[in-house]
Amino acid sequence: MNSVKIEIDRLSMKFRVFSEKVGSLKEYLLRAMKRNLRYSEFYALRSISFVVHSGDRVGIIGKNGAGKSTLLKIIAGVLKPTEGTVTVHGRVAPLLELGAGFDAELTGAENIYLNGALLGKSKQFLDAKFQEIVKFSELGNFIHVPVKNYSSGMRARLGFSIATQVDPDILIMDEILGVGDESFRKKSSAKMMELIEGGKTVLLVSHQLGLIKSLTNKALWLHRGEIKAFGPTEEVCGLYEEFLKNK
Amino acid sequence: MAGFFSSNTILPKNRSPFYVFKRVLLSKFRIKKKYKDSSLGILWSLLNPLLYMIVLTLVFSKLFERTIENFPVYLLTGRLLFDFFSSSTTASMNSVIQAASLIKRVYFPKYIITLSKIISNFIFLLISLVVLALIMAFTRAPVTVNILFAPIYLLLQFFFCCGMGLLLATVTVFFRDVQHLYSVLTTMLMFASAIFYPAEIIPDKFHFILDLNPLFHFIDGFRTVVYHGLPAEPLNLLICASLALVSMIAGIVVFERSQDKFILYI
Repeated sequence: MNSVKIEIDRLSMKFRVFSEKVGSLKEYLLRAMKRNLRYSEFYALRSISFVVHSGDRVGIIGKNGAGKSTLLKIIAGVLKPTEGTVTVHGRVAPLLELGAGFDAELTGAENIYLNGALLGKSKQFLDAKFQEIVKFSELGNFIHVPVKNYSSGMRARLGFSIATQVDPDILIMDEILGVGDESFRKKSSAKMMELIEGGKTVLLVSHQLGLIKSLTNKALWLHRGEIKAFGPTEEVCGLYEEFLKNK
Repeated sequence: MAGFFSSNTILPKNRSPFYVFKRVLLSKFRIKKKYKDSSLGILWSLLNPLLYMIVLTLVFSKLFERTIENFPVYLLTGRLLFDFFSSSTTASMNSVIQAASLIKRVYFPKYIITLSKIISNFIFLLISLVVLALIMAFTRAPVTVNILFAPIYLLLQFFFCCGMGLLLATVTVFFRDVQHLYSVLTTMLMFASAIFYPAEIIPDKFHFILDLNPLFHFIDGFRTVVYHGLPAEPLNLLICASLALVSMIAGIVVFERSQDKFILYI
């Protein structure tokens, strides 16, 4: 069980930063006439390569703006990289930002089906899993209320429940475990351990080093779009803590 | 950058059965959503064209009494087709922007969201056709075997709308103000579609305006087979088919080329 799950090869992501955002045709034409379409470029990720094996739980650490979320978005397929390749073997369930992709007008129940479908699950599969998802999310009767009326904790709980119950091969989580109350946090950590023990591959971004240390076996330290260190969690976290202290 | 994910990833290159499921699902939710807050529910799709027809008939039928026989049927054949075009393309324009929260979090083929808008509006059109059928029965409008051509026109217009929807959805992501221009454009198109007046009242030297309006060809063809009960004109069919084809190609090419950049602008 040591097959390669995610292979990242010389991956770069370049963003164009307009000094002011051009969002309308009128503005674009005006600026084009004045030759004022200036923008600067910046690399969120710079030629990154690493490999994640099956069953690895990788914690991604680094300061704000280091490129952590960008990296997760690229692996999830949401962003396309400027250069380099990402090869993913298996089905990915991404939990980027709070709450998976919800349609706020629809109820929680409808969103379970919507999300499940977007993650590539059939209706039969979701019918079978529906009760379990609702139960895990602890939403009770709120499941039939439009998501726009949910609290952020409720959204996060539903998102976590869907992503973990659809049986993904690879789970991607961006600062998601810090949500909900204490009891849900415990439950979600336990669920994650269960997935991990079931041989799932997990990528986790968090600023809570304690969480990274307790849940992951490998860590990736990103700094300004480059890899500072990649290896066993204890080692990398040690280096990172050292770096934070000496600043 | 095509094929940068391997084939067994989340990107379903091959058409999985879920594709169909997803599309149907999204359309179903749209329909539910549209009628969620109205107690009359789906009945609106029937009532709306009916009321509109009654109002316009009262206003215009005296005016065109001698030139248009059975004004309600003439009006509805034009109005239903035009409405499908304007509501489906207008809904498509916002489709990608509205789905921002989904697009930012999950990978899925983005054309689904735009197509689901067109499909749900197409379903509304089919529902509204019931009103047309009722009015035709009520007014004893003559029906010939040529009405069998009607589905061809509906399908061609469906494809035309798909292409335009994809095109407009793409443009709107980058330039939001196009929406305002488009609402003016659809109003212009509506007046140039001969919906509530006979096409013959347009003087010959201005007839090119109708010819330049793609919607007019679909409406004209649909009327020929439904309202006049005549066989479809080959030239008209050819024009409609070409419009549908060109629109689809343009829409798909533009959408395909820009979809990876959507996320940076929404």
